[in-house]
Amino acid sequence: MIRLVKRPVPSKAWSWATPLIAVLATMIAGGILFAVLGKNPVEAIRVIFWDPLFGPNAGYFRGQLLVKAAPLILIASGLAVGFKAGIWNIGAEGQYIIGAICGAALALAVYPTESAWLFPAMVILGALGGFLWGLIPALLKVIFGTNEILVSLMLVYVAQNLLAYMAFGPLKNPEGYGFPGSRNLQQYASAHNPELIAGTGAHWGVLAALIAVIGAYILMHRHIAGFRIRVAGEAPRAARFAGVVPARLVVFCLGLSGALAGLAGLFEVAGPSGQITDSFNAGYGFTAIIVAFLGRLHPIGILLAGLLMALTYIGGDMAQLMLSLPSAAIQVFQGMLLFFLLGFDLLTNYRVRIGRARA
Amino acid sequence: MNRRTFLQTTAATAVAAAAGLPARAADPLKVGFIYVGPIGDMGWSYQHDQARQAIAKEFGDKIVTTYVENVPEGPDAERALTQLALEGNQLIFATSFGFMDATVNVAKKFPNVKFEHATGYKRADNLATYDARFYEGRAIQGTIAGRMTKSNKIGYIGSFPIPEVVQGINSAFIHAKKVNPDVEIKVVWAYTWFDPAKEADAAAALIAEGCDVIMQHTDSTAPQAKAQEAGNVITFGQASDMAAFAPMPRVTSTIDNWEPYYKKRVAAMLDGSWTSESTWGGIGTGMVKIGEISSAVPAEVKAEVEALESKLASGEYHPFTGPLNKQDGSAWLAAGETPDDGTLAGMNFFVEGIKAELPK
Repeated sequence: MIRLVKRPVPSKAWSWATPLIAVLATMIAGGILFAVLGKNPVEAIRVIFWDPLFGPNAGYFRGQLLVKAAPLILIASGLAVGFKAGIWNIGAEGQYIIGAICGAALALAVYPTESAWLFPAMVILGALGGFLWGLIPALLKVIFGTNEILVSLMLVYVAQNLLAYMAFGPLKNPEGYGFPGSRNLQQYASAHNPELIAGTGAHWGVLAALIAVIGAYILMHRHIAGFRIRVAGEAPRAARFAGVVPARLVVFCLGLSGALAGLAGLFEVAGPSGQITDSFNAGYGFTAIIVAFLGRLHPIGILLAGLLMALTYIGGDMAQLMLSLPSAAIQVFQGMLLFFLLGFDLLTNYRVRIGRARA
Repeated sequence: MNRRTFLQTTAATAVAAAAGLPARAADPLKVGFIYVGPIGDMGWSYQHDQARQAIAKEFGDKIVTTYVENVPEGPDAERALTQLALEGNQLIFATSFGFMDATVNVAKKFPNVKFEHATGYKRADNLATYDARFYEGRAIQGTIAGRMTKSNKIGYIGSFPIPEVVQGINSAFIHAKKVNPDVEIKVVWAYTWFDPAKEADAAAALIAEGCDVIMQHTDSTAPQAKAQEAGNVITFGQASDMAAFAPMPRVTSTIDNWEPYYKKRVAAMLDGSWTSESTWGGIGTGMVKIGEISSAVPAEVKAEVEALESKLASGEYHPFTGPLNKQDGSAWLAAGETPDDGTLAGMNFFVEGIKAELPK
C-alpha cells in the first residue's frame, strides 16, 4: 500500500532534486519511445544531449544553444517573478511579438539612416511595447477584476493577427516584389543585433538574458520587493497586512514580464531572425512558461532550464536528421519533460510511505 | 522505378567517371530536405516528401536522403540548414518561401554545397530557385467552376495575398468568366497555409453566402469536408490529390509534383552539370499535375478541360492572354499579348471583374 503524507514544510532537497529526476525519467521514457520507433535509444539520447555539446560540430551548436536559450531565459526570468506572486502571465508570446514590431517599426521607418542611436532606441521601444501589451491584462484585472490568464492568452492571438497585418501591410519590404515580410534588419548595420564575438552566437540578447538572471536574483532574494512578491504568492492575506498593495503588484509583475518578453522579441527580430514575418514568433513565449517551472521559478534554475530546453530543441533537430526520428516524437519527448517535472513535484510537498496507515 | 531514366543516369555517371570527374558511386551523394510542415500534412510538405521518397528509390545507393520536418521559418531554419550542410549534404532543398533569407545566409557560408529554394526569388552561384505554375491548374478549375456553378458564385479561400495566390485567383476567375459571363468570385483570406479550423470556417462562410464552388489555396482537407456536409458544393484537391473526397465534392485536383524536378537536379549533381538557375515549371514539365476528373463533371465539360490541359501543356495557350484589364479598368494586356514571367512573379493586382478587394 502506497500512501502520500503531506510534509509540514516543502522539502528543500526534493525541490532541487525533482528537476534532475524528471530529466532522468524523461531520458528513460524517451529512450523507450525511441526504441519502440526502432531506433537505438542510447544513440538517440546521445545525439540529443551529448552531440550538440561535444560532438564533431559542437563549435557551431554551442553558439546556437545560446541563440535558442537567450529568449527563453529572458522571458522566463520575468514570468517567474509574476508566478511567484501568483500572477499568471500566459501571454508572453504576444508581448514578444509586440516588442519586436515596435522596435523593428522604428528601424524600418528611418531606413536607411545610419545612426549609433538607432539600436538603443529600438531596445527601449521593444521593452516599452512588451510592457504596454502586458499592462492591458494588468489594468483590466485591477479595474474590472478580469482573469489575467485568459486576457493575456487571448491577447496573443490579437498580437499574432497584428503581426500578420504588419508583415503583409505597413512593414512589408517595398523591394520584396509583393512578397510578405519586412526588410531584413541583418542587412541594416545600425539596426542589426550582431554576434558580439563572431562565431559564438552571443548577441546582445544573450547578454541581456544574463543580466536579467542576475537582476531577478537580486530582486527576489536580496530585496524587500522580492520578499513581498513571495509573500503575496504564498500567503495573500498576510501580504496585505505586510503592506503589499495587490494592484501595484499586478501592474509590476505583468509590466516587468511584458517588458522582458518585448526585449526578447526585439533582440530576435534585429538579430537571428532579422525580419518581421507572419511566422516570426516561434513559440518562445509559451516554451518560456515550461522553462520557468523547470527552473523552479529560481533565476539560476531558469538559466539552466533554458539551456536544457534549448539543448532538446537543437539535439531534437539533430536526432531528426541523423536518426530520421519524426519531429512529433521529439515534441512528445519535450512534453514528457514537463509531465515528469510536474509529476515528481509531488515529492516536494508529500512523503511517499509504503505500508498500512497506522490508526 | 522508371527504368529509362535509371539507365540514363547510370550511363551519365559512367561517362562522368570515365571523364575523370570525381567518382561518386562509392561515396553516395547526400541530399537534404527541410520542410515547413509535418510530412503528414497531406498537402505541401507531404508532396515534397513524396518526391524525396521517389528520388531515394530511383537513385538507390547512389544517394542518401535525409529530411527535417516542422521547421519554423526564421533562425530555426537557418540552424537546420546549417546542420544539413555540416552533416555533409551536398544538395539541400529548402521547401518553403519563408526559408528564403535563411537559405541565402547558409549558402554564403557553404559555397561548395548546392542549395535549392522553392518559390523564392533570391539566387546565388550555389543557390537555385524553383517553383510551379499553379495558375495553370487554376485555369482548369475555373473552367469547370464556370460550367458547373448554379448560383454563379465561386468561393476562394486565399492563404496570403502574395503573387502566387493572386495569380491563382485571377486565373480561376478569367477562365470561369470565359465560359460563364455571370460568374462572381468571393475571396476569404485565411492568413495561413494550413489550419483546418480556420479553413473550415472560411469554407462555411463562403457556402453560407451561396457559393457552390469552393477553391482553396490552403493545404488541409477541412474545406472539402465542409463542402461534403453542404451537399451540392464542388471543390478541388489542393497540393495533393485529396482523392478521398472524390467524386463529390472533389471533382479534380491540382497536384504539386516535384518528382521530375528533383530527379533532374539530383542527376545533374551526379554528373557534375548542376548550375544555379531559376525554374518555373507547369503542366508541360509535369511539375503541375491535374488529378483525375471525377464522374460528377459532365462529359462535355470534361472533354473541354482536357483539351485546355493539353493546350496548356504544349504551351500553345497561356492562361493570361490579352485582352485583359486590371481591376481598376486600366489596360494590362493587349489582345493576344501574354505577360513575361517577371510581371507574373510580382502580380499584385486583381483583373477586371473581380469585386473583392486585394489587401495591401
